[in-house]
Amino acid sequence: MKHTYTIAVTGLNNTDNPGPGVPVIRALREAKSFDVRIIGLVYENLEPGIYMTNIADKVYQVPYPSMGSDVVLERMKEINAVEKIDALIPNFDAELFTFMKAEKELAKIGIRTFLPTIQQFEERHKANLPSYGKKYNLDVPASETIANLTNFDRIEDKFDYPFLVKGKFYDAYAAYNKDQVMGFYNKITAKWGVPVIIQEFVKGTEVNVVALGDGKGNTIGAVPMRKQYITDKGKAWGGITIADDKLLEITHQLIAKTKWRGGMELEIIKTHDNKYYIIEINPRIPAWVYLAVGAGQNIPEALVNLALENPIKPYTHYQTGKMFIRYSQDLIVDLELFEKLSINGEL
Amino acid sequence: MKIKKNVAISETGFMFNPNTGDSYSLNETAKDIVQLMKDGRSEQEIREIILAKYDVEQSTMESNFYDFLNMLSHLDLVEKDY
Repeated sequence: MKHTYTIAVTGLNNTDNPGPGVPVIRALREAKSFDVRIIGLVYENLEPGIYMTNIADKVYQVPYPSMGSDVVLERMKEINAVEKIDALIPNFDAELFTFMKAEKELAKIGIRTFLPTIQQFEERHKANLPSYGKKYNLDVPASETIANLTNFDRIEDKFDYPFLVKGKFYDAYAAYNKDQVMGFYNKITAKWGVPVIIQEFVKGTEVNVVALGDGKGNTIGAVPMRKQYITDKGKAWGGITIADDKLLEITHQLIAKTKWRGGMELEIIKTHDNKYYIIEINPRIPAWVYLAVGAGQNIPEALVNLALENPIKPYTHYQTGKMFIRYSQDLIVDLELFEKLSINGEL
Repeated sequence: MKIKKNVAISETGFMFNPNTGDSYSLNETAKDIVQLMKDGRSEQEIREIILAKYDVEQSTMESNFYDFLNMLSHLDLVEKDY
């Protein structure tokens, strides 16, 4: 008989810029090594995953990470007193730091996580990518950070147009002239603050890898994908698993050298002369992770087993040519459910 | 010239390159050529088979044949060291 774990998951915002929560939950519900009871943790009361059937067994609203670790931890303690959570999978970049900081406190009340260390999290920031590439001998595009537009005047000569203007967590725009840089800078800082990253535009095909490191240098799972259909927000609406040994080699090396702990998504540009440039390292499971499950690697299941210190075997195979295609659908929701969540903070 | 080993082609002429995730729809002639290449036939043999099977001038066929091989090479569907 399989053990039933209570797993808390964030990121139920299954919108056109989807959080990984819903695909992570779908993966956990298909786990072979355990059964699950899912606790959805949400920031907004219109996150679609709240109202989807067979996703969360129970939903709680939680305070924004910007309110501080203590406030978040207090709410987690309240929820845990009722739910007895075994493991927590945070899925937003912006909340990871809070949960990494609270890792020991969470463990004390029985909630296990399997997150990157703060050092791993900090050094792979987009803003630190050049030094990261140098330290771990990885090809990365040239980039500089700016905290105001006067800074930009000083570095403008270092880059050829077009180049990318990126926010520290999300958003990236290709700028073809200085006016565009100013526009994108203002747009990004209004949303994500500073710094803003100016990054060399590397021409080629974007490929992505979802991977899981055990914190000791071993790769527990890795599946590469190429986006086939991209939304106007740059998100994959369709993708296909590919066979690319070099891509897997880069992933294994990165995990071995950094002793990466937890889920990650590598965003890589493969140039026409077969060079691979890492453009981003996202320190969490990506929203397309269910493709990896479909291709034979249940990475969220393995992550939970790592968090709970259960024995696991690394995945070594996956099927190539597996595709995912997203779709949107209207859920009809009774006002009472919305009311209950809005008033009570749980559903 | 050899088609890469892991490039798959179905009976309907759907060709898939697992290295890049790209897929292609081949017409009847292209399907025949790729299938013959996969079977290890030489360029000379393939040209002869195509000429015998289709009602086409030799010069037209050869011009299109080499265009097609260049396209396969450009799309990285053939072994580089060949």
